[in-house]
Amino acid sequence: MTDTALLSVRGVTKRYGAHIGCADVSFDLYPGEVMGIVGESGSGKSTLLNCMAGHLEPDAGAVVFDTAVDGPRDTLLMSEPERRMLSRTDWAFVHQHARDGLRMGVSAGGNVGERLMAVGARHYGDIRGSAIDWLGRVEINEARVDDRPTTFSGGMQQRLQIARNLVTGPRLVFMDEPTGGLDVSVQARLLDMIRSLVRDMGLSAIIVTHDLAVVRLLADRLMVMKSGHVVEAGLTDQVLDDPKHAYTQLLVSSILQV
Amino acid sequence: MFDLKDVSKTFTLHNQGAAVIEVLSEANMTVAPGECVALTGASGSGKSTLMRMLYGNYRAQSGVVSVAGVDLVQAAPREIIRLRREVLGYVSQFLRVVPRVPTLDVVAEPLLALGVPAEDARDQAATLLARLNIPKTLWDLSPTTFSGGEQQRVNIARGFIHPFPALLLDEPTASLDATNRNVVLELIADAKVRGTAIIGIFHDEAARDQVCDRQIDVTGFSPGCAA
Repeated sequence: MTDTALLSVRGVTKRYGAHIGCADVSFDLYPGEVMGIVGESGSGKSTLLNCMAGHLEPDAGAVVFDTAVDGPRDTLLMSEPERRMLSRTDWAFVHQHARDGLRMGVSAGGNVGERLMAVGARHYGDIRGSAIDWLGRVEINEARVDDRPTTFSGGMQQRLQIARNLVTGPRLVFMDEPTGGLDVSVQARLLDMIRSLVRDMGLSAIIVTHDLAVVRLLADRLMVMKSGHVVEAGLTDQVLDDPKHAYTQLLVSSILQV
Repeated sequence: MFDLKDVSKTFTLHNQGAAVIEVLSEANMTVAPGECVALTGASGSGKSTLMRMLYGNYRAQSGVVSVAGVDLVQAAPREIIRLRREVLGYVSQFLRVVPRVPTLDVVAEPLLALGVPAEDARDQAATLLARLNIPKTLWDLSPTTFSGGEQQRVNIARGFIHPFPALLLDEPTASLDATNRNVVLELIADAKVRGTAIIGIFHDEAARDQVCDRQIDVTGFSPGCAA
């Protein structure tokens, strides 16, 4: 077991004027771990995710990532080109709405290939080959490789977004409500796919969701947020089955039974 | 393998006026490799709570819950994750799986998580499912639609596919017919021979007498008793 955390978050704080986005969040994520962040709307989970992924600049704190080349580095102190390179190589970000993470005017194969070209791939045949391989892995028929994502269903768009993100072999994936807005049968398939990919590629992932059933199936660990603060954290099944904090108890007891 | 020292457990229900329920206090027990121990006691005496604490599912207020040298009360999440992947198996009464995943893959999963090649893992899963008399026609279907007894056997297959050195069994024979019950008892006996330390809850007394070396009455751990 390696002792170097892949991602060390220390005291990350983001304020919107007088309002707290997230306050003093710290944790370590180790290679191969999947962590869920849950909480109601406005609890600060997306703010936190965006601060970690470099989409928002936190007011305080450090986000230290164990880079492949230079070892642990605070990504908030990196130059913009360095951070952009990181987000194309070691990192990936899966948006809730596939449209935010895809280029809708470009073919499915182009969407996957673009990320490869961003890290230097130039051979057309290789790029197309990788794109087709990845479409297959996310269960999109090869025949659709030249079609635009606008002609895809919501579930297919989401799978395409995942293929586009994983093609460069990232080590850390940020996911914002990856199954939100999809119908339940598509959700189940996507969950299974994400789980297999995480296991087979040895990925670490941070998944923001409000769906406790999703975190139970996907996440090893769980953080519960309320009003910008982490109120409880631990193993997923510990937090869900033996919640300590009043808010977590309320959250768990509010799930609808099917 | 399992070693409990002065373990206590309370639940605080914040949404019911912060009511505090004491479930266990000063629980002490030890289970050695190759030993099978049954937890007994009336319904509500804390058997399942104790089982969940042994799996690290419930966190103890105080004391030491040591499994293969790892104290579940103090351990970091990743230590518990590794322990569950490599050392500590749990056959619960409930099957919780990603919908639409074929039974064969559900059973093979603990091996896949350990890095066993997919072919090999599926072969082993098939062998075990056949031994537990799950018809081959069902292997490609998700177990979510199975009968209670079939789901239980899928759970058992998941728990026995990797030779975990430590195993927790929650009513492993509860809804099984005589044939399958015997298969499960054989699996337990085989595991004991391998040196697996087993703690189980068995309401099936005949099964309990057949495989268990001793019994621990958890009523002795309830707060009223200890006081």
